[in-house]
Amino acid sequence: MNFDFSDEQKQLRDEARKFLADRSSSKAVRAILEGPEPFDRELWKGMAEMGFLGAAIPEEYGGVGLGHLELCVIAEELGRAVAPVPMVSSIYQAAEALMLVGTETQKQMWLPKLASGEVIGTLALAEASGRVTEKAIKAQVANGKLTGVKSPLADGDVAGLAIVAAREPQGVSLFIVDLDGPGVARETLDTIDPTRSQAKVTFDGAPAERLGEPGQGWRIVSDVLDRAAVLIAFEQVGGSDRALEMARDYALERMAFGRQIGSFQAIKHMLADMYVAATLARSNAYYGAWALSTGSSELPVAAATARVSGTQAYQHCAKNNIQVHGGMGFTWAFDCHLFYRRANGLALAIGSQTTWEDLLIERMRRRNDAPVAA
Amino acid sequence: MNFDDTPQEAQFRAEVRAWIQANAPKHLEAELSQATFGNSALKSEDPIVAAKAWQKKKAEAGWACLHWPKEYGGRGATPIERVIWGQEEGVYGGLGGLFIIGHGMCGPTLMAWASEDHKRALLPPLASGEHVWCQLFSEPAGGSDLAGLRTRAEPANDGTGDWIIRGQKIWTSGAQNSDYGILITRTDPNVPKHKGLTMFWLDMKSPGIEIRPIKQVNGQSGFNEVFFTDVRIPDAQRLGAVGQGWQVSLTTLMNERLSIGSGMPTGFPDLFNYCLELETADGPAIDDPMVRSRLAQFAVKASGLKYTGMRAISALSKGETPGPENSIGKLVAGASMQELAMFALDLQGQAGVINDPEHSDAAMKFQAMLLRSPATRVEGGTDEILRNIIAERVLGLPGDIRVDKDVPFKDIPTSGRS
Repeated sequence: MNFDFSDEQKQLRDEARKFLADRSSSKAVRAILEGPEPFDRELWKGMAEMGFLGAAIPEEYGGVGLGHLELCVIAEELGRAVAPVPMVSSIYQAAEALMLVGTETQKQMWLPKLASGEVIGTLALAEASGRVTEKAIKAQVANGKLTGVKSPLADGDVAGLAIVAAREPQGVSLFIVDLDGPGVARETLDTIDPTRSQAKVTFDGAPAERLGEPGQGWRIVSDVLDRAAVLIAFEQVGGSDRALEMARDYALERMAFGRQIGSFQAIKHMLADMYVAATLARSNAYYGAWALSTGSSELPVAAATARVSGTQAYQHCAKNNIQVHGGMGFTWAFDCHLFYRRANGLALAIGSQTTWEDLLIERMRRRNDAPVAA
Repeated sequence: MNFDDTPQEAQFRAEVRAWIQANAPKHLEAELSQATFGNSALKSEDPIVAAKAWQKKKAEAGWACLHWPKEYGGRGATPIERVIWGQEEGVYGGLGGLFIIGHGMCGPTLMAWASEDHKRALLPPLASGEHVWCQLFSEPAGGSDLAGLRTRAEPANDGTGDWIIRGQKIWTSGAQNSDYGILITRTDPNVPKHKGLTMFWLDMKSPGIEIRPIKQVNGQSGFNEVFFTDVRIPDAQRLGAVGQGWQVSLTTLMNERLSIGSGMPTGFPDLFNYCLELETADGPAIDDPMVRSRLAQFAVKASGLKYTGMRAISALSKGETPGPENSIGKLVAGASMQELAMFALDLQGQAGVINDPEHSDAAMKFQAMLLRSPATRVEGGTDEILRNIIAERVLGLPGDIRVDKDVPFKDIPTSGRS
């Protein structure tokens, strides 16, 4: 049994950690949080040069052709560094969707640009408040023209490519839309985590090209989101670990009542519970990584497990990191809020926690009903 | 990343599987696989007789305590082979409860501290299940604070060099079925508490030992009180030096937490299956979003523990020492099972209160879990002690400030003596 990453993958993790410590420092993250730029362009360029964006994209489409396990270790490091880049939208979702159902021409057209970072992609689902379901999709395509509103659309203000879920007579389908083309109006939104940008994008007769089979849009979305769920779970695991380390370091350094606050059981037990949540999430994320990288039929269950566990752990660690820091944790100057913002942003990025809880149990039930392979 | 055996592991697994297939007590399989947490596994047969028979059979074929050296009744197997054995033994492993303390804790302690002659005499019959051992550590005055124990060992004044034991132990699992035990005592109350302790092994049939079962919350009696009235132990049965008992006990306690990949039950599969079957006025329980949300939270804990175990097994498979992540097992499983039991009863509505097989349709496994799970959160290290261990040994936080550390034991305030 080898339920672990290989030595080469661990080496890649070390390289990514070193690179991001240098290029995605707290100062760099804060520049995006506080400044006008929607993401860190220099960092994004550097990540493309390091081969991080194209890690799981085959070489014939401009990628590095490593695989999803490599992308998982990179994701974990991006999570640790709260990297302010459009990775979730462009790589975990748009590139995955193209790889899953794109035609040869579509893949040749877009994947090299996503791998090089020249174009940012995104997956456009949500239109309003509430759960994002197939039924809730109101955007429409008629005669190759898209009409409707997508909001919030992650990185919609900077993306050049949107893969949009919209209705046509056959049902909900996916469409490729050039966001720099005609019939597109975008507006950046204020959010709880400005280090990962969100926009409201209005389509008024924007040219739309079908991606995948007509009427099969939601099935494809489900497959794409499972892949994204595993990768995001690694970002959540990385963030959880870092938040726990910050809290631990502060508990060792901060003195009160004449002793380190980390010597009080109230603090120790809080940190132990953070460790428990982070450990469960890591093990569940590995389960997801295994299913994703082997093309296992377990992926739907594994992805939902990794997702629910990752969200739980990161929210738990990020909020208690602030708690351990006390009042200082609530200041803008301390970094705790970067993790708190990201934890709560990622918790919603591909559907809410209750949505994924529901999916997990539904999928476990279906697996239960399915005849067991001999 | 894969779950595949190496060729050597696969070969070992095939050998194990074939032997179990040919030798396991198949007539008990159905009953053992229905066993649920908090209920005795066997009713059709005396569980002690069945356990001893299976252990003896294993020992004769070289499958008992397989990670122990051959000369002490084991097989000299690697840690990963031990894990594979456990996976293949499956439900029949449930017969081994009688030996958990002896094999998991007493055996390793003897191996580290007993004389060679004693090891060769005591360990093989322990491995083969001929002798059952218990561990006499906790006391009314010393549970989490084990070193606060008060059972005295004093030299006999007849020149034999024997020790005379007076005092009381508590929470001794299986004392009533045990032939031998390891016993920690206080030999010097005039030095700080950790320094005045001494460990022995002893015959549980020694004159002066009285065993009283403790009636538990769930009505069963797995634990005992053990009283010592002038019990005599030869000095040759001392483990470690006089005053070294704390160090010896750490060997035992470290082994308590070393059972890798054994998979503490969380009760999740029982709850999931129950929710699949349970019909409510609004349809199957599993269609209720509230039920799904709770189920999902239990599911990711069960899954997280399972795959944490897989990570540890992978480390063993590579010949590495597993990381500290395994320390979360009991902490997660105990609390999870208790919450899960309460949730299952809640699904039954007012009928959840019924604990009578003739008047309930829900098999009452969750009622059994409810009434047994408080113990899981206490035995073998309370949730609070486990959190301390994670905080101190894994995260590197400072230990508690110990006000009794440098005080002679006799001067430490206690509940009865402040």
